[in-house]
Amino acid sequence: MGALTPPIIIRSLSQVLGFILAIALIILLLEGYAYLLFFRRPRTLAAAVFARSVQVGLAGLLILVTLRFLERIGLITDLVAALRLAPLTTLPERLWAAWAAAVPAPWHFILLGALVLTLEAMIYLTSEPRPSRLGLAYVLILPALLGISLLIAIPFLFEVRLAFSNMAMYTAQNPEFGLRYGIENFVKVFTGPVAKDATFFEVFGRTVLWTVINVSLHITGGLILALLLHRPMRLRGLYRTILILPWAVPSTITAMAWRNEFDYRYGFFNIMLRNLQQFFTDLTAQTQGLPLIYDLFAWLSQAVHPVPWRQDPTWAFISVVMTNVWLGIPFMMVVILGGLQSISQEYYEAAEIDGANKWQQFRHITLPLLRPVLVPATILGTVWTFNRFEVIFLVTQGGPQEKTDILVSSLYKAIFQFYRYGFSAAFALVIFLILLLWSIFYLRITRGLRGVYE
Amino acid sequence: MRREGFSLSAVEVAAAPARAWPRLRVQALFRRARGDSPVKRLLIHMALWAACLVAVYPVLRVVTISLRPANKLLTTSLAIIPEDATLTNYIELLVGRAGRPTEFYLWIWNSLLITVTTATVGLLLSATAAYAFSRFRFPGRNAGLIFLLSTQMFPAAMLLLPLFIMIARLNLINSYLGIVIAYSVTAVPFSIWMLKGYYDTIPRDLEEAALIDGASRLGVLWHIIRPLSTPALAIAFLFNFMSSWNEYIVARIILNKREMYTWPLGLWTFTEQYTVLWGKFAAASILVAVPVTLLFLYSSRWLLSGLTLGGVKE
Repeated sequence: MGALTPPIIIRSLSQVLGFILAIALIILLLEGYAYLLFFRRPRTLAAAVFARSVQVGLAGLLILVTLRFLERIGLITDLVAALRLAPLTTLPERLWAAWAAAVPAPWHFILLGALVLTLEAMIYLTSEPRPSRLGLAYVLILPALLGISLLIAIPFLFEVRLAFSNMAMYTAQNPEFGLRYGIENFVKVFTGPVAKDATFFEVFGRTVLWTVINVSLHITGGLILALLLHRPMRLRGLYRTILILPWAVPSTITAMAWRNEFDYRYGFFNIMLRNLQQFFTDLTAQTQGLPLIYDLFAWLSQAVHPVPWRQDPTWAFISVVMTNVWLGIPFMMVVILGGLQSISQEYYEAAEIDGANKWQQFRHITLPLLRPVLVPATILGTVWTFNRFEVIFLVTQGGPQEKTDILVSSLYKAIFQFYRYGFSAAFALVIFLILLLWSIFYLRITRGLRGVYE
Repeated sequence: MRREGFSLSAVEVAAAPARAWPRLRVQALFRRARGDSPVKRLLIHMALWAACLVAVYPVLRVVTISLRPANKLLTTSLAIIPEDATLTNYIELLVGRAGRPTEFYLWIWNSLLITVTTATVGLLLSATAAYAFSRFRFPGRNAGLIFLLSTQMFPAAMLLLPLFIMIARLNLINSYLGIVIAYSVTAVPFSIWMLKGYYDTIPRDLEEAALIDGASRLGVLWHIIRPLSTPALAIAFLFNFMSSWNEYIVARIILNKREMYTWPLGLWTFTEQYTVLWGKFAAASILVAVPVTLLFLYSSRWLLSGLTLGGVKE
């Protein structure tokens, strides 16, 4: 077991290539359809009737396939059952089965493709070109529309619907939907534990703390390093490269590496602390008799000691923050460095002539001119930190006793450890709402969106 | 600082703020004329050395551990090159032991396949839409843009539950397709947003001139925009590649069969038994990290320009 063998390579490659090919085919088919719809005008009435009926038929089939898909994933299963739509939604499936039974294996696929192509070719031949101002826009958007509705819109609707269900481990197959379950779920988010013990407000408070500490340290650290680097000097390129390392090395690896440095016996931090303690103890022994110095070292040898990083909630929280700060500073540094380089030197010269000192220059030139870089970087940084629980997951797994969980990691636990699906959907929507309100608020006060979409 | 083989178009070079190196040189000369005092320069270098040490040390520790022999894994020594340094961990990882072939290549292969597919699908679905968002004023455009922006704000964790259920109901757990779908959730909107930012920086005059000369819209797209957008597509590809290459949490729930593991999942199996396999974990980390890190460092300037074009554009 386990080795990479040629059969595995071939099997996996064919799976993936087939997948990409299928997507490309679907896109091409839809594009052809859209092109004929927007850019061709049938020449005669008969051609128009033919074209429109083919188009309506295909659109109808597409809608039915979509409905069937939604039914299959469970989004509208109960609606289909209630409205007795099953004969309709399974129509494409039954048609396909009948077709596949009638025509032998590879040909059913090829013939169907040829049929569709012939229909489209006939529409093309019986029509003339027509100008369309926005047609191209829609033709271009189509693939993305397909992707986004499949990947985001449908899951989001599904999430809203799940929030109003009692879906959990034992009801995963046939959950019940209803307003009362929804109210129950949302009430539970704010009153009950979100994962096992921790309550919503406790975790929310910690998330805010986590975000504020991280982002402010990222920006401060990044700003200091960028200011240090932003000058002519030897080894500048080397420094820059080395300082980006924490961002460049895959964070999965560094987070796991940091996790082990917090080991009580063999981790780096405790080894250092233990050595320091030993050092102070030795000094204490040597300075016996010197009143104040002895007291100082005696106190230090007591105060410095190995720390239970994994067992103590506060230290565990500090350990994840340390890891995340280390990971996040390089990004801010590079962003701010880019901003610094776009500030013209002339401002500083003018300020110098006016007799401004370094601090005044920093305060009144550098900071305001960095604003266009700092504002969006802060927004993004905040949202990323708020949502990024990979570090927490890899370093402490939220422990001890969920004392280092943030909202998103609690959500993850509620889903994949406690299988509280309905509740988790409601919880996710609450988190979504918090982020939405925050971004609107922040964009309002900083007008950071200005220029972003025009 | 332009490099061969990846020449950016003039338009993009003008647009990317992270690339202001030549200008910096001029500034540099200026600054030197003003000059910092030697003491200050020394202090600055010392501060930077300290920062570099902090940045590098955790990575160096991984190297150290990877070189330790199995019976010396648990030690409180802080030496960078351990005593009795050995390459056993690497050899075991690359060649395997008798009767136990190595799984390392399988993980790398899975990761590579999934990542390249995700990045390709991301581009397939987003490349043309970005252009439409940049150039056309069609009904629904603003709503679409705000929607895209908000997807940048609310990453996939929000949609993890419905996606997981969808993937499970479609029997796609433990399949490449399932994980690619999960990763595309972030890859597609991100690519559209980033590429749109890029197209915005291409002057419209180019297209208008071609249109006046009688080219069709599609012709413009093919003959002018397509060649210009190659570097941006490469950046988007690289970005999607990087983010899914390192992903662990989503992979964990969708891939739970050992032969489907990506390398982060594989590495995690080493850390579950701290004492036994910690050295192997470190060796595997180094083997995975070196090429990716080099790729990242090499392309960081373009990655950053992509990021600023997308999210941080002013």
